Amino acid sequence: MQKSLYIDANKCTGCLQCEMACSYENYGVFNISKSRIKVFNFEHAGRKVPYTCTQCAEAWCLHACPVDAITLDALTGAKVVNDATCVGCKVCTIACPFGTVNYVAETGKVQKCDLCGGDPACASACPTGAITYVDANWTGLDKMQQWAGKTDTQPRANA
Amino acid sequence: MGWTRKILRVDLSKGTCKSEPLNMKWAQEYLGQRGLATKYFVEEVDPKVDPLAPANKLIMATGPLTGTMASTGGRYSVITKGALTGAIACSNSGGYFGAEMKFAGWDMVIFEGKSPKPVYLSIQDDKAELRDAAHLWGQTVWKTEEIIKKTHQDPQVRVASIGRAGENGVLFACVVNDLHRAAGRSGVGTVMGSKNLKAVAIRGTKGAGAIRDGKAFMAAATAAKKVLADNAVTGQGLPTYGTQVLMNVINEMGALPTRNHRDVQFEDARKISAEAMHEKRPTDGKANLITNAACFGCTIACGRISKMDETHFSVVNKPEYWGATGGLEYEAAWALGAANGVGDLEALTFANMICNEDGYDPITFGATVGAAMELYELGILKKEQIGMEAPFGSAQALVQLAQMTAKGEGFGKELGLGSARLCAKYGKPELSMGVKKQEFPAYDSRGIQGMGLAYATSNRGACHLRGYTVASEVLGIPIKTDPLVTEGKADLVKAFQDATSVFDSAGVCVFTTFAWTLADLQPQLDAACEGGWSMEKLTAVGERIWNMERLFNNAAGFTAKDDDLPPRLKTEPAKTGPAKGKVNGIDIMRPQYYKARGWDDKGVPTKETLQRLGL
Repeated sequence: MQKSLYIDANKCTGCLQCEMACSYENYGVFNISKSRIKVFNFEHAGRKVPYTCTQCAEAWCLHACPVDAITLDALTGAKVVNDATCVGCKVCTIACPFGTVNYVAETGKVQKCDLCGGDPACASACPTGAITYVDANWTGLDKMQQWAGKTDTQPRANA
Repeated sequence: MGWTRKILRVDLSKGTCKSEPLNMKWAQEYLGQRGLATKYFVEEVDPKVDPLAPANKLIMATGPLTGTMASTGGRYSVITKGALTGAIACSNSGGYFGAEMKFAGWDMVIFEGKSPKPVYLSIQDDKAELRDAAHLWGQTVWKTEEIIKKTHQDPQVRVASIGRAGENGVLFACVVNDLHRAAGRSGVGTVMGSKNLKAVAIRGTKGAGAIRDGKAFMAAATAAKKVLADNAVTGQGLPTYGTQVLMNVINEMGALPTRNHRDVQFEDARKISAEAMHEKRPTDGKANLITNAACFGCTIACGRISKMDETHFSVVNKPEYWGATGGLEYEAAWALGAANGVGDLEALTFANMICNEDGYDPITFGATVGAAMELYELGILKKEQIGMEAPFGSAQALVQLAQMTAKGEGFGKELGLGSARLCAKYGKPELSMGVKKQEFPAYDSRGIQGMGLAYATSNRGACHLRGYTVASEVLGIPIKTDPLVTEGKADLVKAFQDATSVFDSAGVCVFTTFAWTLADLQPQLDAACEGGWSMEKLTAVGERIWNMERLFNNAAGFTAKDDDLPPRLKTEPAKTGPAKGKVNGIDIMRPQYYKARGWDDKGVPTKETLQRLGL
């Protein structure tokens, strides 16, 4: 079963536990500036929205990379940056339509979400269920279920 | 190790910024944040100093867990001699600013002297410099943050600043960070303003890395988060209703101070409660509350994000106040509402926004308006003096006075001095409802006896965050005690005060203590910090901090006479509710408390006590 990260921004409180978990998993420090998942604060709307790579099936970044540094992890479906191969040309950051591959000046490489090899630290750390790691075929279906419930408003004939 | 082991010393008179190593001996004795910064403060500052003189210092300090994955690990404190009180001041704030200071590599920043002209401190990791703030002076907190982010071309810079209240000498000005989180009480923002320091802007990219034992820390932090999630208060009550969950509860037990403590129950409490914030307004069909929100690292998320009713008189034709922003928490809703008899939720939301926008404490402000309204009703203050009619219950007066105080206009200037000075000026000092010139928060000590002692002996003046016996007397945490009796309260207050000193020094939020005891905090600290942090060591640290603060206040001129409540609470019995007929028994509890503390009958720690604590 392929799984994917599923984000429900309505549940996000902006605590940044996900960003700390991401940086700790990948760099061994609590450092949100190195996180691959970011929570954006839309202050005047009162909304906090987490966002990260959604692992496109046909990934722009993977196809754009001139040195084949981004490869598919067959187990998780993640598109993974191989640091040893990456030359830091940033072409992938231009190719990605969503801005979720980012350059890290300190290392001279790009970084992106790699699903932590199948156990994403952000999802484990999220206290509200705003970030979950679910069956990829289920993404969106909980929303569909909610709407289905709203369509069923007529009283039952036999009630 | 938890600490970055580095502090920044900023000499505002000379315009210099210097790095120095953290005193690790003191870190072992005082932990961090409140305790450690206060240690630096009392070592360096004359207790008799005028709070607004250049010789006073101001410290912004993080704790060892600030910036870590410990739940609520984003706190920082501002330590100085309080402008409102003349006592030791330590105001604690959440948001994201504290963690950013840690990420930039600093445990604390010490400000000394006074800048000849307005400046702000810019910190980018190791690089710290004072920059001209001529263009920021006169701006609100909100505008200041906006301008700094634009100038730095960095939307991720975190800003703590003072608003016009801090510039204009409002004696209860705050330091506000992240738009609506504040180091709120005792006038720490006033001291910042007196130094011509407008703001501190920080961008940190180094992270909080040096945890002593990462694996043990993650295990301890995860276990402690589960305790918060499984607890009814921190797992459900606070995220759903915020601290406002208390409004109806405290009102029903007859401990909601109303109309400057004339009454102990407010007939409109329900209208300004958490429940009311959730209800759809008849005017626009929308609820006041948009969502809850967390501070950095917090898995409780008690914060309120609200949107005003655009048709409310306070904001009609003012679209700048129509966006989502920090909403009412319990203390502010009480002070702006019940304390004045105002039952208009939207008016309170607006006044609270003004407090955030221009940086002043809604508790002291609201309570001072309450005192002014009583003076008005007694005929001592006239309509012409205030500039409007100001009877109890007037939402119009509250809204207008909030704006006048922010700008330092008219009667707002007098309100800006706080209730103690206002009431003294008009010959009724006994009508100021506070201790050590700082106003009470939202619990009437006739209905919750232990809080009377907690207020009277709080080192920063009347305050609910120094020894929150409400937890025990009302909510039964960690054990239920009878709120109407004085027996056992001396020991209870001491225990709460000492434990709170540790939480305030660790970098976490005191609201965790609805679910955590020291035993939940201890494994996190021990895993993060070197030196072996046992329960015994932490308990001693808490008591040491409390006594250190007390010694400073005693040296500043405070005596046992200042550990007292206004006559109203000692002689005018509660008129209604479960506490009907009760006054506070402070005179019974005080001597018991001094004894429990190991102090003499004048409230001075004995030689044995000081020796035992290594002071």
